[in-house]
Amino acid sequence: MTAYTATVTVRLKRGVLDPEAETTQRQLERLGFDLADLRSADQFEIDVDATDADAAAERADEMAERLLANPTIHDYTVEVAERDA
Amino acid sequence: MARVTVSVIQFGGSNCDRDAVRALDEIGVDAELVWHEDGLPAATSGVVFPGGFSYGDYLRAGAMAARSPIVEEVRDAAADGTPVLGVCNGAQIGSESGLTPGAFTTNRSARFQCEHVHLRVENADTPWTAAYDEGEVIELPIAHGEGRFEIADDRLEELEREDRILFRYCDADGEVTEDANPNGSKHNVAGVLGDRDSVAVLMPHPERAALPDIGPTDGQGVLEGFAE
Repeated sequence: MTAYTATVTVRLKRGVLDPEAETTQRQLERLGFDLADLRSADQFEIDVDATDADAAAERADEMAERLLANPTIHDYTVEVAERDA
Repeated sequence: MARVTVSVIQFGGSNCDRDAVRALDEIGVDAELVWHEDGLPAATSGVVFPGGFSYGDYLRAGAMAARSPIVEEVRDAAADGTPVLGVCNGAQIGSESGLTPGAFTTNRSARFQCEHVHLRVENADTPWTAAYDEGEVIELPIAHGEGRFEIADDRLEELEREDRILFRYCDADGEVTEDANPNGSKHNVAGVLGDRDSVAVLMPHPERAALPDIGPTDGQGVLEGFAE
């Protein structure tokens, strides 16, 4: 078994309104920053022990499917890296 | 009227559970509180997912409760025709569990909103709306921060074609306008049916408009869906 950290990033699908991101963007602009757009995302770092990186990714993928993301409004990505156990 | 027992499911953070029991009692429907870990009583004739903030709205409103074991029991009961109603946080639990279509997410205002709204009855041919006429305007309170109905455009068209929209936000005259849309819901949708007519969710609170001593009772008709 190898120690991995799977990073699951959950984003709203393109076109789905994100009022919190809009409010954050407005506030940045109010502070004088110049920006074209702002998107927010939730990131989960999940430590797992697995036989290989594919197995770790598969498990994290299932976690995203079952709970971390809502397929109606979200897309998600999974990245896996070895970690020092 | 036949006495039937409706289970009002309590999760940690539910806070409209007692209101639902009281409102059902008012219209002669027997109801009891059921703690989610105790499982669904065998004799349940109906299920309410009440409003509140189950699991502190962690991750997404309703996300945690929707994955709890009792929801699987409710899913089985619903498949057998047991009526299921989700109100507010219960609606979020319904959509998060896939019992009903779409998602309820952050209001357009990004704020918690507590106000009275008008709703137009879109389909009066369901247990939840049989007490009303199609096109009738009723008034119910809303109290939510994540009530904006979101769904893919083609899925929404499908729901509309299949007449599965129960209520839309409207003005006092029944006009469905952007101004009358409190939270940015797609096509002003406030409540929808699941795969069967006996399963429904809505963000407004019928149980908070059901006791004559307190005020208007427009919400009673929705709860009549549990009466036999």
